[in-house]
Amino acid sequence: MLQFLFKRLLQAAIVMLIISLLSFSIKDKLGDPLREMTGMSVSTAEREMLRKKMGLNDPFLVQYGRFVKKALHGDLGTSYFHKLPTMTVILKKLPATLELTFAATLIIIFTSIPLGVMAAIKPNHWFSKLIMAFSIIGISIPVFVTALALIYVFSVKLGWMPSFGRGETVHLFGYWDTNFLSKDGIMHIIMPAIALSSIMVPLFIRLVRAEMLEELSSEYVKFARAKGLSRTKVYFKHALKNTMLPVITVGGVQIGIMVAYTILTESVFQWPGMGFMFLEAVNRSDIPLIVAYIMFVGFLFVLVNTLVDLLYGIINPTVNLLGKGQ
Amino acid sequence: MRKQLGFIGKVSAAILLGSLMSMSTLSAKTLKLAYDADPVTLDIHEQLSGGILQLAHMSFDPLVRWTKDFKFEPRLAESWERVNDTTVRFKLRKGVKFHSGNPLTPADFKWTFDRLKQSPDFKGIFSNFTDLNIVDDNTIELVTDGPYPLVMHTATYIFPMDSKFYTGKDESGKDKSVIVKNGASFASTHLSGTGPFKVTSREQGVKVVFERFKDYWDKDSKGNVDKIIMTPIKDNQTRVAALLSGDVDFIAPVAPNEFGQVESNDKVNLVTMPGTRIITFQMNQERRKEFKDPKVRQAIVNAINNPGIVKKIMRGFATAAGQMSPKGYLGYNEALVPRFDLAKAKKLMSESGYPDGFSVTMMAPNNRYVNDEKIAQAVAAMLSKINIKVDLKTMPKAQYWPEFDKRAADIMMIGWHSDTEDSANFYEFLAMTPNKETGKGAYNSGNYSNKFVDETTMKANKETDPKKRAAMLQAVEKQMYDDAAFVPLHWQNLAWAARKGVNIEPVVNALNFPYLGDLVIE
Repeated sequence: MLQFLFKRLLQAAIVMLIISLLSFSIKDKLGDPLREMTGMSVSTAEREMLRKKMGLNDPFLVQYGRFVKKALHGDLGTSYFHKLPTMTVILKKLPATLELTFAATLIIIFTSIPLGVMAAIKPNHWFSKLIMAFSIIGISIPVFVTALALIYVFSVKLGWMPSFGRGETVHLFGYWDTNFLSKDGIMHIIMPAIALSSIMVPLFIRLVRAEMLEELSSEYVKFARAKGLSRTKVYFKHALKNTMLPVITVGGVQIGIMVAYTILTESVFQWPGMGFMFLEAVNRSDIPLIVAYIMFVGFLFVLVNTLVDLLYGIINPTVNLLGKGQ
Repeated sequence: MRKQLGFIGKVSAAILLGSLMSMSTLSAKTLKLAYDADPVTLDIHEQLSGGILQLAHMSFDPLVRWTKDFKFEPRLAESWERVNDTTVRFKLRKGVKFHSGNPLTPADFKWTFDRLKQSPDFKGIFSNFTDLNIVDDNTIELVTDGPYPLVMHTATYIFPMDSKFYTGKDESGKDKSVIVKNGASFASTHLSGTGPFKVTSREQGVKVVFERFKDYWDKDSKGNVDKIIMTPIKDNQTRVAALLSGDVDFIAPVAPNEFGQVESNDKVNLVTMPGTRIITFQMNQERRKEFKDPKVRQAIVNAINNPGIVKKIMRGFATAAGQMSPKGYLGYNEALVPRFDLAKAKKLMSESGYPDGFSVTMMAPNNRYVNDEKIAQAVAAMLSKINIKVDLKTMPKAQYWPEFDKRAADIMMIGWHSDTEDSANFYEFLAMTPNKETGKGAYNSGNYSNKFVDETTMKANKETDPKKRAAMLQAVEKQMYDDAAFVPLHWQNLAWAARKGVNIEPVVNALNFPYLGDLVIE
């Protein structure tokens, strides 16, 4: 176990080093930060002086060396726009994104599993057919269209839902303000979470259904049924458990992808999370923040995959974490 | 089923009614404001941008400010007079206090002036100014290096800062007055001005909360807003949705594509006004020998149907232009109307020896000006009618400006707003011969160069008689028109929208700094 975690830590370090090198090498293509920091009428000479002062004219290796040296001391640079250390900015925005992803995950779990199972055990029921038809349509509608449609119907036309932002949050600790402890907060998170989950729910319905169908046709299920076990027990205790293994694998990867979709969802709903922050950073050529964000997301990916692997071990104890022979 | 729906309808109606009622009692004097961006800093000398000037008008006061019809209105200066060719004297208002409680003194003006001269963004505007002299306890003088016609225009940029508040060392031992561009400073996180609103809390990119300053000097102002919650909402559609759903009271800007939605809603008002930002294309004479021929340039200008662009792409939300200066500016020359004449354009192309046309490259931003990408595509299509094949590339503004600085294409789009609200500013940046030393022509990517334009612009900047000056500036416009120095497209309009009862119409202006201190909410 410790060996496994150590290996993963090493992996994370290498991933982040490569990401930092990559994002550093494209940073000059991301626009001129001085343009964002100065008015249009500021002279080229004035701008050049500022650029020199900030060390942006140094050779690539000098700049990268300086960055790595600082990074090893835990300093990933200062955001041009927020004027704060980039890690502080990211950690401030992190709770909003995590809560949104968490709420979307809840929606995915509580809709796709029952619906997928239903579609698998009663494939000819009209409702199952409806589910499958919906999942095909759902998978092909872009997130921002869903988001705008939700806003138009429920905020503008019906006036039931708030149209943007996080609303009244409740302070938990540190930078963590939560949406889940006030009515206003919950109202604000519902639509963004639905929009974010909208692309994943159909995918998972189909996945759960396919896996469940496979389990249902396996020998042990037939045997259990023949032995006289109740349907509920066979379906939900035995078959579902085995269905979950591939679902979790895919889920782990998809959570990473969902972080990418938060960029869209957050910018439509003006959700003050990391995705929106990243989009703004790109618009403003806030290079330190862009580099730090990409590194942080890389770290997040490694972290999520590690957690998924650990979860594997819990669900199926025969999985060998280190991948060595028996 | 039907019964159920009816029940849901009733419940939701009740909820809606309840929320509407609670809103009207709670937010009686609170203004919820949504802009596309929040101010990047609280230091009003750090960056010269619309967002910062809006903040300056909320939390500070200028010596004088612009009225709707481009006249000067006294603010912290009660009156002014020209003493001689190089000096203008201002009588200051008495009894003005800063948010910190410190009284406003002429020393604050002097301190602010000196700081403006240090600011990378503002020093350019103040380059003709040599001194700010304190005459007595409520009189100051602005001194220029020669006769200068734009003293009052520049005085709109002097928002005195609380010199006592901004002097000394902060907790980390840094000088409180220093202007820092790439990091935090005392002034970028603390604020004390004389303006109608104090900043009570601020989270960058999320919201800024303002509260009315109890000791504000302007007791005559009818403004009755006690609290402003400013939220940035980047997405155009979300911003409109937030207004239509009642989550905010006032939004700006409103994109032309959303006008229909706003106008058809009877709970909100849309206010539009001609703006002063000119959108143009420049034809690079250094890259293309063809563009050296005025006939080719004239043909291009004649081939582009800019009234059509205004009608179809801008949906009437712009004014088609034939020159740089918008109506109301001294240089505005009534005779210079938009040219669109395809037959003439074709004839000019044959006359200049290019009946079969040629190929050019074109670049434009895709997120800087209203509908910039669509405009560029339309122009490219229009040029194909005179056989000019356009290879168009559009990109986000962050990538566009470095390309513009490199003059990376034959035809490039540029929009310009004059910081001084004066015509000469257009010519200095867009039309004068590029010169690295003087900084003139910094945005003249066409490399257009005309001695008369250069000399007359400089002469106009020393002419204090408005009549003579207007004649000079209008002559410059005429010269550029005849030379087809650039392709004029249109002046973008401005648009704001607010829920009914928030009377924005009297406080908005073509400068796009609504004077929120005077805003009345019924």
